[in-house]
Amino acid sequence: MISSARPSPEIAWKPGASWEVLRLRAELLAKIRAFFTARSVLEVETPVLSRAGITDPQLLSLSTRLQLPGAAASQVLYLQTSPEFAMKRLLASGSGPIYQIARVFRDGESGRLHNPEFTLIEWYQPDHDHHALMDEAESLVADLIDLGACQRMSYSEAFVTQAGFDPHREKTSKLALHAERLGLHLGGDAMHDPHIYLDLILSHVVAPRLGKGQPCFIYDYPVRQAALARIRDDDPPVAERFELFVHGMELASGYHELADPIEQRRRFESDLEGRRRSGAPEMPIDERLLEALAHGLPACAGCALGFDRLVMLAAGARDIQEVLAFPVAVA
Amino acid sequence: MTTYSTNQFKAGLKVMLDGSPCAIVENEFVKPGKGQAFNRVKIRNLKTGRVIERTFKSGDTLEGADVVDREMQYLYSDGEYWHFMDAASFEQLSASETMMADARLWLKGQETCVVTLWNGEPMSVAPPNFVILEITETDPGIRGDTATGGTKPATLETGAVVKVPLFVEVHELIKIDTRTGAYVARAKE
Repeated sequence: MISSARPSPEIAWKPGASWEVLRLRAELLAKIRAFFTARSVLEVETPVLSRAGITDPQLLSLSTRLQLPGAAASQVLYLQTSPEFAMKRLLASGSGPIYQIARVFRDGESGRLHNPEFTLIEWYQPDHDHHALMDEAESLVADLIDLGACQRMSYSEAFVTQAGFDPHREKTSKLALHAERLGLHLGGDAMHDPHIYLDLILSHVVAPRLGKGQPCFIYDYPVRQAALARIRDDDPPVAERFELFVHGMELASGYHELADPIEQRRRFESDLEGRRRSGAPEMPIDERLLEALAHGLPACAGCALGFDRLVMLAAGARDIQEVLAFPVAVA
Repeated sequence: MTTYSTNQFKAGLKVMLDGSPCAIVENEFVKPGKGQAFNRVKIRNLKTGRVIERTFKSGDTLEGADVVDREMQYLYSDGEYWHFMDAASFEQLSASETMMADARLWLKGQETCVVTLWNGEPMSVAPPNFVILEITETDPGIRGDTATGGTKPATLETGAVVKVPLFVEVHELIKIDTRTGAYVARAKE
C-alpha cells in the first residue's frame, strides 16, 4: 500500500502523486508494452484531434479550433474520447492485432474515479470474440497486479443474483420500485427511460456487490446498450459486450466489434436523435469510419482499460488524483 | 430563488429537498463508461440534523435554500425563549427550546453562538465548540487519583450533567467540548 497526499493549494506547482506512484506508473506502462510485444500486438499511435466526434449521448467531447495556413476560416476539431474509430480504420487497412496507450478526453467528468483527461490502454484482436478477449484482458491484468482469478457472469445473471430481477424482461413500471427496494432514493426528476434505472442499479448496487475482493466480468448486455458491439440473436437478443469490475470500480470495457456499416450508421443516427432529445450538442458522424467498415473490418474484439484506475489498484489509492502527476485542478 | 444543477453541487451548498432546507455534505460523481452519469449525494436536513443519501441524474436541479449562518451573542433566557444579539448591528433575535436543542445545556451568557437563519427566521443554534463552566455539584474528589481513569457525574452551573475524572472538585472550572459533551480539562478562567 502506497500512501500519497493530495496536492495542497499552497504548493500547487508540485505533483499530486508521490514519486513512488509515478515510478509505479512507468513500471506498469513498461510491463504493458512487454505483454503486447510478446504477443506480437503492434503498438500504434492515432491523432488526438479529429473532424468527427463521438455521437454517444452520454459522452461529451472537448473541442478546439484549427487555423490551417491559407484556409479562409478555422475549423472545429474534437479531442478523442477514445481512439476506437481511428484504430478501426487501421484494422480495416490490414494492421492485424494492434494496441495503443492513448490519452483521451471527456468533458464534464470529474470525481473520485474520473479526471477529464486520462489514459486508456486500448487493443484489438482479429478473430477473437468477446469471450476470447476477456481471457486476454484477464491475462494482462494478472501480469500487472495480483487480484486473483476473475469471475464471469452474464448481465442477466448479475442482476438476478445481486438485485433480484431479470433486467431483460422486467417491466419498466417495476424498475423504480426495484431501485427504491435496493435503497436507491432518487432526489431529482422522475426518470422515464428504463435504461437509466438499469445503469443506476448496475453502478450503485450490482457492481459494488460483485466479486468482493475478486475481479468480475459482466457480459452480454441489453441490446439498447449495445454501443459499438455486435448483437447476437438469442432469446432475448443481447449485445456482445463486457465490462470488468474490481471492488465495484469499472476497470475495462470490451466489444465483439460491430462491423456492419449500415447498422453502424443507424446507431450513429439513433445517437444523434437521443442528443436532440436531451439537448446535447449534435456531432458530425465519422464518415471515414463508415467508409472503412464498408471496405471491410476484419471480425475482431476490442477492449479499453482505464490505466489510471489500474494504477490506483496497484497503489491502493482511493482517489484518481493520487495517481496523476497533475490532476486537472492543478494542471 | 437560485436553482443549482448537479454540477454545482459541493459540500456546504444549501438547497431545498422535500420541502426542508438541507446542506450538501458529500457529492460523489458516479458514471459508467457507457451510460448515464449520476451524482450520489449525502445531504443533511438542517431542521432535524439527519443525514440522508439521494441519487440524482447528472443535470437534475434543486432550488437553493435561503439559509445563512450568523454569529450572535447569547444574552439571556426567559424560560421560554433564548435571546441573541448581533454584536455589530445590535439586532436581537429569539430562539425556541426546540431550536436550541442541546445548545441550551452549555450557555450561561455572553457566548458567541452561530444562529442559523432560514428565510430570515432562526432555525438552529450552535454553541461555541468549547465552553468553560463551573461544577456546582459532584461527589468529593479523590485527591491524586489521576491514574485509574474512573469517572463520576458532575452537575454544571447551567444544569448540564457531564462525566468528569474522580479528582475534580465542586466549584472547579472545567472545559467541555460541546459537540460531544465530553470533559476536556480543568480550566483556570
